[in-house]
Amino acid sequence: MTALDNATAAPARRETDWSIAVAAAAMVVFLIAAPFMLYPVFVMKALCFALFACAFNLLIGYVGLVSFGHALFFGWASYFAAYSAKAWGLQPELAVLVGTAAAAMLGLIAGRVAIRRQGIYFAMITLALAQMMYLVALRVKMTGGEDGIQGVLRGRLFGMFDLNNEMTMYVFVLAVALAGFFLIYRIINSPFGEVLKAIRENEQRAISLGYKTDDYKLVAFVLSATLAGLAGSLKALVFQLASLTDVHWTMSGEVVLMTLVGGLGTVFGPVVGAFLIVAMENYLAAFGQWVLVIQGAVFVICVLAFQRGVVGELAARLHVRL
Amino acid sequence: MFEIFGIPSQALFGQLLLGLINGSFYALLSLGLAVIFGMLNIINFAHGAQYMMGAFVAFMLLQYLGIGYWPALVIVPILVGAIGIAIERLFLQRLQKLDHLYGLILTFGLALIIEGLFRNYYGSSGQPYGVPESLQGGRNLGFMFLPNYRAWVIAFSLLVCFGTWFAIERTRLGSYLRAATENPTLVRAFGINVPRMMTLTYGFGVGLAGLAGVMAAPIYNVSPQMGSDIIIVVFAVVVIGGMGSIMGAILTGFTLGIVEGLTKVFFPEASNTVIFAIMIIVLFIRPAGLFGRLA
Repeated sequence: MTALDNATAAPARRETDWSIAVAAAAMVVFLIAAPFMLYPVFVMKALCFALFACAFNLLIGYVGLVSFGHALFFGWASYFAAYSAKAWGLQPELAVLVGTAAAAMLGLIAGRVAIRRQGIYFAMITLALAQMMYLVALRVKMTGGEDGIQGVLRGRLFGMFDLNNEMTMYVFVLAVALAGFFLIYRIINSPFGEVLKAIRENEQRAISLGYKTDDYKLVAFVLSATLAGLAGSLKALVFQLASLTDVHWTMSGEVVLMTLVGGLGTVFGPVVGAFLIVAMENYLAAFGQWVLVIQGAVFVICVLAFQRGVVGELAARLHVRL
Repeated sequence: MFEIFGIPSQALFGQLLLGLINGSFYALLSLGLAVIFGMLNIINFAHGAQYMMGAFVAFMLLQYLGIGYWPALVIVPILVGAIGIAIERLFLQRLQKLDHLYGLILTFGLALIIEGLFRNYYGSSGQPYGVPESLQGGRNLGFMFLPNYRAWVIAFSLLVCFGTWFAIERTRLGSYLRAATENPTLVRAFGINVPRMMTLTYGFGVGLAGLAGVMAAPIYNVSPQMGSDIIIVVFAVVVIGGMGSIMGAILTGFTLGIVEGLTKVFFPEASNTVIFAIMIIVLFIRPAGLFGRLA
């Protein structure tokens, strides 16, 4: 399965790695300035989705596996985080940890099932598993069904910092998101990440070189699910809410869209894509159902004419890695 | 009235019938997916939306033009199939050199567009569509009551399924199709217009989805999300059956419908997740699917 290789950015060259550093610095400056220029809640929402999209990109961009069920991890993690904060009264950092750990467990189980097939089947299986867990969420008591878990308390971080203060909350979300981005960047540039790329390019050859590709794929899947869960847990705290929207298949589609718009297999693409799509939805909220139509149209346009995405296109023009 | 395993026969056979009805739609839809996948190597994510479109076009024909069920049964598949042909020509043909996954993503986008458009105009609540007059009522079989329309749906979908199987496996045109699936370049060298065949195959598969939509209209509410609700289950059906064989798709569809119906009798709370659970089990025992070959 040589997946999506034509979408990935310009070839990696050591001497152009400065471009990543410059872009990362620009991103950090922007994110520090952002809450003073934009609504902090908007930026926090975008950051949660950016982390979610980066986690998804780890799988699609570097292993070539398209999961159409990532809402499973995002949504269920937010349920677990919200539930543990509300029902058990856990501190926010512990609630996030619970949500993330739950996503990791779910990722391990779903991953064991899904990696048994590749390509299109993998996409269908992940979608089906996510739908199954959506139906479970609709039924179980813990999730609150149609109502979701509302009025989750943000609490005090480490018992010291009051997260009800919007700026404190922002600093927390930003710190976690940046740590997540950095971790993903480290993963894709580690020897482990190189093996993942080898599997994406030519799985048979990777097998013949002695790599247990299924194990690598499973680890990548679990990592991706865990980070998606981290994003979902954060979102539950930001909005003080966990609801069915986050486990629905449309959410799985949305993260595909964000990554595609930003650029599959680029480092910064998912972040840019997440900000663009969240902004688009914000402005289009008044148009009701047209959002769905416009999202669909963006999908079609991206696939037909804009496969590299915003960041991929930019990187190709400038002949750098981004 | 008598009882089987402590369940009144009426309830048991009633659920079995519902299961068979659901199974008919699973079979029709997974058949269409398999035909399209065989020829174009694309998983048609818009299949559910096209099925919903079939139901809506039937509803609109009745509402605005007074055209009833029987003509709709012919007109709708042709109309929806024609839209499919346009989609193939406009979009899918450009994707042939790309990874299959782009086809999935593109048709996912199309599904969102179609569903969004219908939601805009009809909201998310359902529209009623009556059972045609000639099929109203039902008959008492002694152990259960069989509504005529449901009997018709099962019989007709069986006919369509086996008709399609026959056309693909036993006719000359079907043999071209199978050959083009195996080796398109070679078949092209024999002077057969493969791209046109792909267009028509997609149109046919989409037409089947439209036909299923018309048949579903009097049973389920005609609503914009009816497609996305069913298509994910059909994907699980396709994973269970494997897309290697037409007959496999038909058998898996009907069987899983029945299993779902029976689950509703014995473990009602598991009824809508049972197909997904079976998918997980099958993936561990036979990853290629019951009738599939590992590609």
